[in-house]
Amino acid sequence: MKPLPASIDEALQLLRGGGYVPDRSLATVLFLSLKMHRPLFLEGEAGVGKTEIAKVLADRLDRRLIRLQCYEGLDVANAVYEWNFAAQMIEIRAAEATGVIDRERLVEDVFTERFLIKRPLLQALETDERGAPVLLIDELDRADEAFEAYLLEVLADNQVTVPELETFRAKSPPIVVVTTNRTREIHDALKRRCLYHWIDYPDAVRELEIVRTKVPAASERLSREIVGFVQRLRAEELFKNPGVAETLDWATALTELDRVALDPETVSDTLGVLLKYQDDVARIEGNRAAALLDDVKADLNAVE
Amino acid sequence: MSAATPDTAGKLVENIVHFARVLRRAGLPVGPASVIDAVRAVEVAGVATRGDFYWALHSIFVTRREHRAIFDEAFRLFWRPRRNLEQLLSNFLERGDDPEAAEAERPAAARVAAAMFPEVAMQREPTIREQEIETRLLVSEEERLQRRDFAQMSAAEIAEAKRRIDAMRLPEDRVRSRRLVATSTPGKIDPRRTFRASLRTGARMILLRHRRKAEMNPPIVILADISGSMGEYSRIFLHFMHALGERRRRVHSFLFGTRLTNVTRQLRLKDPDEALAACSDAVVDWSGGTRIATALHTFNRLWSRRVLGQGAIVLLFTDGLERDTDEDLAREMDRLHRSCRRVIWLNPLLRYEGFEAKARGIRAMLPYVDEFRPVHSLAAIADLCDALSERGSAAADPRRWLAAA
Repeated sequence: MKPLPASIDEALQLLRGGGYVPDRSLATVLFLSLKMHRPLFLEGEAGVGKTEIAKVLADRLDRRLIRLQCYEGLDVANAVYEWNFAAQMIEIRAAEATGVIDRERLVEDVFTERFLIKRPLLQALETDERGAPVLLIDELDRADEAFEAYLLEVLADNQVTVPELETFRAKSPPIVVVTTNRTREIHDALKRRCLYHWIDYPDAVRELEIVRTKVPAASERLSREIVGFVQRLRAEELFKNPGVAETLDWATALTELDRVALDPETVSDTLGVLLKYQDDVARIEGNRAAALLDDVKADLNAVE
Repeated sequence: MSAATPDTAGKLVENIVHFARVLRRAGLPVGPASVIDAVRAVEVAGVATRGDFYWALHSIFVTRREHRAIFDEAFRLFWRPRRNLEQLLSNFLERGDDPEAAEAERPAAARVAAAMFPEVAMQREPTIREQEIETRLLVSEEERLQRRDFAQMSAAEIAEAKRRIDAMRLPEDRVRSRRLVATSTPGKIDPRRTFRASLRTGARMILLRHRRKAEMNPPIVILADISGSMGEYSRIFLHFMHALGERRRRVHSFLFGTRLTNVTRQLRLKDPDEALAACSDAVVDWSGGTRIATALHTFNRLWSRRVLGQGAIVLLFTDGLERDTDEDLAREMDRLHRSCRRVIWLNPLLRYEGFEAKARGIRAMLPYVDEFRPVHSLAAIADLCDALSERGSAAADPRRWLAAA
């Protein structure tokens, strides 16, 4: 079992080791959440790397990653456990075929762990030799409010009760990461039990480091221009700002096209990688993109 | 913390408790449990650098992004050497007499300062009152109108309003969620309940149990115009918003004139008069001009993704008389229309006989609304509910108005 980081610096190194470039505030919150056994509640725009944190964490700590993707209508049967009804029916038929039916015994036979289908939340309570798993509850804002209340119960006590069977209790609590895109507000009661962190778009220095780490094939000049351009784009009051994920996609796309520097034509042709709304594309395409690009180039030349 | 002696540790805990109290007074929801958490967090993270200490406290006390400004300011003011604190206090006192200096303060500064020195803030109040008396002598025509708008509702009026809101049926107001609930009428088979029911008979009989998709009310987002031309209606709108928010969950309310203000929190106060007073404090552009396009742009950019999820219905209260250019208006309306389930426009101008959709702003907005409804009189919430639940959407079809003009 790999040890948890013992200081904020170690938490920083842990994420870096997994190819994630965090700022110190994130490392602090992560360290606290690991130390205090509190869920980490991450909020931020789409594509800033919320989900990635859980993945890197599981990878670097060598834990199982259990992911619960939330959606509208998510219920206990899909999130916690479900009985395998078909198998149970067959069991009963088999009992009937042998003749005698003892009701008490039948109920006991049918409601055993053998017929229990474990879903993510229940799986997350099981500790294996590698330690407690990392539980990623992704896009919680998509689930109904009723589910949120249930989740609150599980997170508070680290236990799940299956009425027919028993109460499952976690030997050591899982490392929980909750993410939301803020398409609705999550109730304060749930937030209170977690450590909250808002993940912002990275600044230019950190974004450049991210591009260098994730797309090493991109030339230095290209990386700088890409980051400069995206940073300027975010100041443009767009309907949807490009996230880090889009920056990386764009860097990869341009590298695949064998570009070593940006030119207005390439930018216009590949703008769809960065901007996903037609209004935004229409606003930036052409003159505006060229003007932004000129600014970026002027800035870079000034530095050199 | 391990290096600290018990004595200094005690002081730190005490200070964290004080700090939490300051945050609470400044409006952050900080409970006793989070104070205990904060002390633990600081113990775990240590106080080696100011940054780590900041983020450790931040992770506990801040649960919303918008609270960050208050936290930041409070942290800056609170965690500094004592000597500076005295300096700060004297600054705060001096500034009370100098409105220009107060103007230049940072966004959350006034609230935080008042939270840190409540006694001093109390002393400061009389001078502010005096200024108020002076300004009262200078009220304009518009401001008097504003006061009349906020006449209080009687208890009977409130009860009637609630009754009418219960009876109100917005178009497409019930949507099926993907959640399943138990039902006695046939629907989908519910294996779990079926199985349990059959066990009760010793599995000799299998009695089918069913479930169906649950129905729910979609969220409602209200965008209400509070500019001068809508003046006399804003009271009704606000009361309507408040009563609706009490009756239903997931109601988000926004007011706009020249800028957009989210008043959902303010309207959550139980008492309607208190809620209206809170709104009145929160909004700075009462009875001014209208900039619909700008307000919609702000809404689309900052709020639409947060409140228009799960098939929201948008109620737009405005007369559509607009100063911004039509192009912007059409574009923003289009964006709004495409982000929600339904846009219902309620226009008080339609009460006039022979109203024609001639104003350019109105023509620009009409293609992007699903329903365009008139309000014949707007003296009570009941009229508003009637107008909104009216059957026969043919009359509300916006194309009728476009064609007629």
